[in-house]
Amino acid sequence: MSLILSRRALILGAGATLAGCDRLARQEPVRELLFSADNFHKWAQRGLMDRNALAREFRPDQISPTFRANGTSNPNTEAYKAVWRSGFADWRLRVGGLVGHPLSLSLAQLHAMPHREQITRHDCVEGWSAIGKWRGVPLSLILDAARMSSRARYIVFRCADDMGDGNGYYESIDLVDAFHPQTILAFALNDRPLRVANGAPLRLRVERQLGYKHAKYLTAIEAVESLSGIGKGKGGFWEDFSGYDWYAGI
Amino acid sequence: MDGGDSSMSSATVRRHRLSTRLWHWLNAVLLYVLFTSGLGIFNAHPRLYWGQYGANFDRPWLALERFGSWVTLPAHYNLALSRHWHLTAAPIFAFALLGYMLWSLVNRHVQRDLAFRRGELVPGHVWQDIKDHARLRFPTGEAALRYNVLQKASYVGVIFVLLPLVILTGLTMSPGMNAAWPWLVDLFGGRQSARSIHFIAAFMLVAFFLVHMTMVLLAGPVNEIRSMITGRYRLPEPRR
Repeated sequence: MSLILSRRALILGAGATLAGCDRLARQEPVRELLFSADNFHKWAQRGLMDRNALAREFRPDQISPTFRANGTSNPNTEAYKAVWRSGFADWRLRVGGLVGHPLSLSLAQLHAMPHREQITRHDCVEGWSAIGKWRGVPLSLILDAARMSSRARYIVFRCADDMGDGNGYYESIDLVDAFHPQTILAFALNDRPLRVANGAPLRLRVERQLGYKHAKYLTAIEAVESLSGIGKGKGGFWEDFSGYDWYAGI
Repeated sequence: MDGGDSSMSSATVRRHRLSTRLWHWLNAVLLYVLFTSGLGIFNAHPRLYWGQYGANFDRPWLALERFGSWVTLPAHYNLALSRHWHLTAAPIFAFALLGYMLWSLVNRHVQRDLAFRRGELVPGHVWQDIKDHARLRFPTGEAALRYNVLQKASYVGVIFVLLPLVILTGLTMSPGMNAAWPWLVDLFGGRQSARSIHFIAAFMLVAFFLVHMTMVLLAGPVNEIRSMITGRYRLPEPRR
């Protein structure tokens, strides 16, 4: 009945149908359809592009005058303040999960590894963009050094910012993006050490996806077989708590 | 031809093909969903820029307040849900347009009904059409079955320019599509330019919708709407 009504109203172009659409979106099958569109987009985009197709890299004169920071601007937890006071000398990145050789890397050790530098555009899910120059270690080098198991399917990122109830921010990507040449753990933005607002001391860059995938304030990365045991199982903080798409290529 | 007038006046003919009717109503629903969910997405950052980048520290060419919940889908601020609606409807809309374009070439709808004929684009003819439109002198009888030059221009403009534009600028905002089709970024001069053009094109579609509704109302809504549902159209009586 409400279906017929809302269709008739749609044809008349009445604004009242929005409430009808909202009711529709609460029906489980409709909700499932709406929430599975990112699978289609992932499939279509991955089909259209080469596995290692690069995100656009820009010229230095195209860099945004001010790189906007978003989300957490300072984790402000006791643990974070302690490593911040040490100039991040006491900070470590733990690499674990399905790896043959777990690592605990200091910032100095990361600096000593081969770097990649890239001027890329950061696209926020909200719609704005900022261009910045990032420098960091390709994630693939770290996963290779940790001898990632062939059972691993996803890489999970753990962060220092407390999102409430002791939940740290977390995100995940699959191996296509984890081993992409532009996927780096960045410690510098525009030739300066990462500022606290931009994720100091280390953040992820996963250039073919939207900003919320680029986890800041990294503390650990973990190779896993499935995302079901991570948070509520959708693979990321915003995915679990706000219904964002796990695949954020669009 | 005595008494011919009355039989002529009630003559109904087949007007719109099934493909046109199906696509029309599918579009009506999808564009409604896309526009209202698009406004919901826009509300997350109601500022528009030209160029490759643009955020709060940069100068927008347009900065608006958030659109009211009476025009957004869902009817409250929820970026995730607006995106789910938008990104579910968008591919259906895009492939339906592609399918309709191809099918309309195959069944010769484009060549027969939409293509401009010799002489139609002569300034005098176009001016005559504009004057007839302004005076609301709609064609009658058999002539009502053919699109006039203004109708052709708007249908061709919407199907082959505006709708592809709104789809391509939408794709240009996708970081994944930027890697897949880097030419998109160059075509529109940057992601933020694409976002601006997407917004402008959306409101041009709204303008088309308003004119379209007005013309349907003026030309006889029952007859026009029936012809888009059943395909049957009653020829308007000739003016005396």
